[in-house]
Amino acid sequence: MATLSANAPGPGNGLLRWWKRTSFTRAAYLYLIPAFLVMGIITFYPMFYQVWMSFTDYNIKNLRMDSAPPNNVGLKNYEDIFKGELAKKVQNFNFWRILVFNLWWVISNVPIHVILGVLIAVLLNVNGLWFKKVYRAVYVLPIILPWLVVATVWRNMFDQDSGSINLLLASVGGLFGVPQEVFRIRWMESIVPPINWLLPGQALPLSYYAMLITNIWMGWPYNCIVATGALQSIPKDLYEAASIDGASPTQQFFNITVPLLRPAMIPAAMVGTITTFNLFNCIYFMSGGGPLRQTEILVTTAFDLVKSQRLYGMAAAFCVVIFFVLLGLTLLTNYVTRATESYDVS
Amino acid sequence: MSVETSSQKSFSLPFGKRNSGPQEGGRPLKLWQQLIYQALALLIAFIVIFPILWIVSLSLNPKNVSRPKNLIPEQISFDAYLRVLDKPTANPVTFRELAVNQLKLAGGSSIAAVLIGVLAAYSFSRFNFKGRKALMVTVVTVLMLPSIATVAPLFVLLNKIQISLGDITFNLRDSLWGVGLAVVSGQLPFAIWNLKGYLDTIPKEIEEAAIIDGASPNQMFISIVLPLAMPALAVTGFLAFSAGWTEFVMSWQFLTKPQDFTLAMSLWNMVGQFSGDVPWSVFAAMALMVASPVAIVYLMLQRYIVGGMTLGGIK
Repeated sequence: MATLSANAPGPGNGLLRWWKRTSFTRAAYLYLIPAFLVMGIITFYPMFYQVWMSFTDYNIKNLRMDSAPPNNVGLKNYEDIFKGELAKKVQNFNFWRILVFNLWWVISNVPIHVILGVLIAVLLNVNGLWFKKVYRAVYVLPIILPWLVVATVWRNMFDQDSGSINLLLASVGGLFGVPQEVFRIRWMESIVPPINWLLPGQALPLSYYAMLITNIWMGWPYNCIVATGALQSIPKDLYEAASIDGASPTQQFFNITVPLLRPAMIPAAMVGTITTFNLFNCIYFMSGGGPLRQTEILVTTAFDLVKSQRLYGMAAAFCVVIFFVLLGLTLLTNYVTRATESYDVS
Repeated sequence: MSVETSSQKSFSLPFGKRNSGPQEGGRPLKLWQQLIYQALALLIAFIVIFPILWIVSLSLNPKNVSRPKNLIPEQISFDAYLRVLDKPTANPVTFRELAVNQLKLAGGSSIAAVLIGVLAAYSFSRFNFKGRKALMVTVVTVLMLPSIATVAPLFVLLNKIQISLGDITFNLRDSLWGVGLAVVSGQLPFAIWNLKGYLDTIPKEIEEAAIIDGASPNQMFISIVLPLAMPALAVTGFLAFSAGWTEFVMSWQFLTKPQDFTLAMSLWNMVGQFSGDVPWSVFAAMALMVASPVAIVYLMLQRYIVGGMTLGGIK
């Protein structure tokens, strides 16, 4: 594009010509300056500062203007995080358990979102289904609500005494003569894991299931939107040809719909993976990581280290660790997307 | 790391597109099939709507009950809404003040992010220059990071900026300005990436013609790209705004003065872990009042947003 700008001035004016020729390159950098200046000050500098902080014992005392600089403690913060020494200051802290739970949180959420999204999109794509438009308008509702509101509302719904979930269960149970008292379930506080074998070596309390339900409610519509878009681009004659050949609807689903949805659903699943991995809003507002930090994920732990524990140096080290975990996860999702992208649609 | 993230793919807009009515050639649905599908679709619709109905019913419950018996309250009252408008939390601030603070935060940060972001997006989308790829990777890397990952250094650094004038001490950390800066730092990469995605879809032919006519990069930006990108600016701005409208992490960590508090903080204040007796009706009314402005705009802009979400919906 830049070469097109040669509005050739007369010869002998080399400097002017060079000035004109490079005007597009100069513009490219000029237009970037404001963004990178701002990011330099409020993003990159804090990030480097954070790396420095992670080698110190920066804490509440160092916040005062006239305070001495924090002590250099080398790699101690990292050691404390990985070896579990931090548990002496922060009750029930265990980095590896948090990491495993965080990954499990993603693994147990994303496939359900994608599968539900696809199935419901297929349902809404059935020829001649009544009220299609109404359903489509209704199904998008979770997406338009802010997470803060969704999470606090669901927290209320899972409340032991006044929550609608317990009320609903009690009224359904009442039909079968089950006493009301059975349904005073302590969703958020109970520490007894209902299913022991689900994640070996780790307890999944009821609050995990409550949040799983909430996040499924919140997560599938996005996948449904993506799947609907992809479904509508599948040529109808494929199905007609298949049914002439005698393929059953189930066969058509697995041999036409699924493979042709894959190129659209894999990127959506990868976006969902990163989003769910960092789903601060759901965890923090619903269970707060509790009970006993059993449902804590990496980002909620980081926020707790800053907000409640005020161990700024430690929090910095923790965030550096998060950075590398996320980098790994991002590379992985990119690889998966890449590896499946070459799939030929037509 | 590749720059083309998974979110690059743009999907066609499904909702709102017409494809209702039986299509010719397809097998007509038998009545029993139709009824089964209807039952299924209704069940899903009920599950989707139930939390919303619940919260509406809770907000209209006149007794401000902590233990509602039925889904539908026996009487309807707007007391909870009036209480929210008057004094939603124990802090001496009105709903209006909270909303104004939130508006300042969300409006200011989204405008800043979009204005600065569109310049960078134009550069990334239209020019080829040394270091382009490396700089784009930088933006995407920052985009991947949740804003919590920089909350500790931002807190410490912004806290260092204090000005004392007599009795009045201004601490950048403890002000909406400081929170705004921290929010912009999270939204700028999103704005750049989202807008770049949009600008990439605008055909380059007009600009190529303009170059031949001797137009400068600035002229092209102002008179060609910017007008065409207006809808994209609006949508990106709205997405950033709605994120700022419920911004919690930074404000909760930074702000200590009640006159700076925001809607998101107050809503959490009501149900937070240490608030013993939760006034559920008031909470429900406030949740609806916080959610509805962005929800309504979302519904109106829905067709445009869905594309944008799939473009840059990482954060």
